[in-house]
Amino acid sequence: MRYWLIDCYTPHLKIVKLGLKTKASMLFNNVIVLSLNGVSQMNNLKQLRHYLLLPMLLFCQTASADFSFWNLRKGVTEISREVYDLHMLIFYICCVIGVIVFGAMIVSMILHRKSLGVKPATFHESTKLEVAWTIIPIVILIGMAVPATSTLRDMYEPGEPDLDVEVRGYQWKWQYTYLNDDPAKEIQFISALRTPQDEIQNRAGKGEHYLLDVDNPLVVPINKRIRFLITSNDVIHSFWVPDFAVKKDAIPGFVHESWAIVEEPGVYRGQCAELCGKDHGFMPIVVHAMEQEDYDNWVLEKQEEAAKVFEIVGKSWSTDELIEKGEEVYARNCVACHQTNGQGIPPAFPSLVGQGIPVGPIAEHIDILLYGRAGTAMQAFGQQLNAAEIAAVVTYTRNAWGNNMQDSVQPKEINVMMASQ
Amino acid sequence: MNAVVEEHHDDHHDHGPAKGITRWLYTTNHKDIGTLYLWFSFAMFFVGGICALGIRAELFQPGLQIVQPELFNQLTTMHGLIMVFGAVMPAFVGLANWLVPMMIGAPDMALPRMNNYSFWILPFAFGMLISTFFMEGGAPNYGWTFYAPLSTEYAPPSVTFFIFAVHLMGISSIMGSINVIVTILNMRAPGMTLMQMPLFVWTWLITAYLLIAVMPVLAGVVTMMLMDIHFGTAFFSAAGGGDPVLFQHVFWFFGHPEVYIMILPAFGVVSAIIPTFARKKLFGYDSMVYATASIAFLSFIVWAHHMFTVGIPLAGELYFMYATMVIAVPTGVKVFNWVATMWQGSMTFETPMLFAIAFVILFTIGGFSGLMLSIVPADFQYHDTYFVVAHFHYVLVPGSIFSIMAAVYYWLPKWTGNMYDETLGKTHFWLSFIGVNVTFFPQHFIGLAGMPRRIPDYALQFADWNMISSCGAFLFGFSQLLFLFIILKCIRGGQKATERVWDGAKGLEWTIPSPAPYHTFSTPPKDMAEAHG
Repeated sequence: MRYWLIDCYTPHLKIVKLGLKTKASMLFNNVIVLSLNGVSQMNNLKQLRHYLLLPMLLFCQTASADFSFWNLRKGVTEISREVYDLHMLIFYICCVIGVIVFGAMIVSMILHRKSLGVKPATFHESTKLEVAWTIIPIVILIGMAVPATSTLRDMYEPGEPDLDVEVRGYQWKWQYTYLNDDPAKEIQFISALRTPQDEIQNRAGKGEHYLLDVDNPLVVPINKRIRFLITSNDVIHSFWVPDFAVKKDAIPGFVHESWAIVEEPGVYRGQCAELCGKDHGFMPIVVHAMEQEDYDNWVLEKQEEAAKVFEIVGKSWSTDELIEKGEEVYARNCVACHQTNGQGIPPAFPSLVGQGIPVGPIAEHIDILLYGRAGTAMQAFGQQLNAAEIAAVVTYTRNAWGNNMQDSVQPKEINVMMASQ
Repeated sequence: MNAVVEEHHDDHHDHGPAKGITRWLYTTNHKDIGTLYLWFSFAMFFVGGICALGIRAELFQPGLQIVQPELFNQLTTMHGLIMVFGAVMPAFVGLANWLVPMMIGAPDMALPRMNNYSFWILPFAFGMLISTFFMEGGAPNYGWTFYAPLSTEYAPPSVTFFIFAVHLMGISSIMGSINVIVTILNMRAPGMTLMQMPLFVWTWLITAYLLIAVMPVLAGVVTMMLMDIHFGTAFFSAAGGGDPVLFQHVFWFFGHPEVYIMILPAFGVVSAIIPTFARKKLFGYDSMVYATASIAFLSFIVWAHHMFTVGIPLAGELYFMYATMVIAVPTGVKVFNWVATMWQGSMTFETPMLFAIAFVILFTIGGFSGLMLSIVPADFQYHDTYFVVAHFHYVLVPGSIFSIMAAVYYWLPKWTGNMYDETLGKTHFWLSFIGVNVTFFPQHFIGLAGMPRRIPDYALQFADWNMISSCGAFLFGFSQLLFLFIILKCIRGGQKATERVWDGAKGLEWTIPSPAPYHTFSTPPKDMAEAHG
């Protein structure tokens, strides 16, 4: 099978034929809009022809696809398919009513014109008619309410979860915690946007999963009932995975639940759906659903990683190592507010260059990183980063951009500070 | 009081308007104040429109090109606030000022001095709101729905100015609606019963009650925010024992009636225009009144349908779904009545009629998407996507705003004494009609395909529709300059309008000369057969 990959947003319209990738590696397993480098320029005529072709291509390609450019997707859970069917049912009913009402208007506009010499009728009420068009809509509405109620009840159906994942929204990333009775076996990680700033600021071509790619995706087994326990650490976010028909607000101080049984392995992408501040548009959700066996391997791997982190935190670091690691941590966690050059966006996001916390006492610096600052956007990173990462980013910001404080802190010291609180 | 004084005057010795700027500053004349409201609203329409074009320019292509996310959020917020509170609401108040006294045969509004206050508060409220763009930290950036805690703990410092501006707008609206209610209930020409009032008067009477009921709720919610921000309370902060969702309940208890405040007077306008150009009496006058009242009542008991995803229990979701679906019944009655009014009429299609017909069709499309949104399981997929954006723009732009444009074209000859340029008017209509649909129809698709609202940048699969939508927005936006030109041209001159203006027009306002004299109905009219069409 061959598929078109279309670049339709850069000045040079390019259409390239490519083979279909493996399903798991492609989000929308049909048409993908993609920027490609190294494609030769086409002449104007060809561009024009392709431009005309574009809408046709989109529509025929998507007619049979799971993913659509113009409609809901069916998704990969029983619930999401029910929702899709319900959506289509209501849509078709609306279409039929629309055809009748607009049809009557159009007929009237054609036939009942003064220019045709029509004399106006004098009727202006009809109890029978008015009762009819009150009763009939009520009947239609009942017809809609029945399947809607049944789908909603299915969604609220209580069931024993096989896996509990706590989903915690932060400005502007997600934290996933795989709840486990044994805290040592609990897996916890932050999932943030992976799309580089260069792509967003148009300094580089946009990748395949532009804005829908994260560093650490949520991983779940298929055919298991996964319960999402959704909350937030700061403002309201909304956890939305369209393919599961799951959308639930993440509200600080409250935990709400939602669940899904994913039937097909694959990569499913969504986004935060509630305005949550500056980077609301930049906190995607990516879920990898995999076979139980693969999932088990992933869990083992994650647990080994945790052990490695334990080791890393325990060792002694050189200042250079800390700075190198710190730059990486900074790029992932801090640039959104404080910017790559450390200048921030005052007053909401203060500058770190030559003023404030990074050039003050180091204890305060560590404290604000661990516990955040109430009433501002500065979060408590103690729950998001490990001790090595905290130590690294503190050391980095104290020595970057000419701050030159010449001091550093070891991960071990961070651990001591955290334990003493 | 005014009415009593006026009766002692001879019609031929009316007070004319004062000279210079004081005419507008001190005026208590309902026509002057109506004009002020309408121009103010038109100015705000352009300011809100510039915000919208900023948004659409950024969304023309994926990637960040024109505005960065901080400014983008300010633009979406200010676009919403300015259009709702600055453009649509004052425009309807302006129409009410001009038309209600003329339609019920009253010499002026009942409380003319308060009328002056309620207008002159607005420039200060909006001046202050717009000035936040130049403040440290920028303008409000938490959406026009300003959900806590984004609008409290995490808000820019300008939030306090925003709260004060909202208080002022609320005071203005409440004074305006008290005036409308008192005028309608007390100053109808002798012999005009409630069920003889033109539908525009009826819809405004009901709207005014909605305003009085919910504006204090809005004032309450912003005051709670103020307390949380400055005085250490924790209404909306979970850390202090409060609940962020409480904010949404209170806000939408205001917010849902608010959206009907913006559409009920539109129903009144369309119910005046369609019979005129169909040359046939409005079908089902009584059921129109009852339907309007039912919609107003229902608006108070459906607020949580804006909050289906906040974690409401099953019983709550079901109740709010059913209650919301019921709104389709009275709304359907209205649409069917308009179609039945057109049916077997003798129609002509002047500009007001074109806008009115487009209103019925496009508002109905907005109604269909509204019905789809009421279905809770499907709403989980639609909520906070561009599908919602498409829905409420369909009911607000070709809904409310088209009805305001229709009203301006319809009554402009009465206001100015001159006919507007019909060819230009029709051109304006077609440009707006195409612009609106090209802008908002594709937004249904991008919403269903999964694009959240209020994002400055988007994944690549949404690129095509966004580009089309942006083109439509610029077409619609720039077409409104033509509207401005047509109005100015009509004020400056043109073919003289007759008293009746439109051969099918019914109502007391068509019995007075064009342009309407500065003072009208100093003695009440006798002929009630004219009162309603």
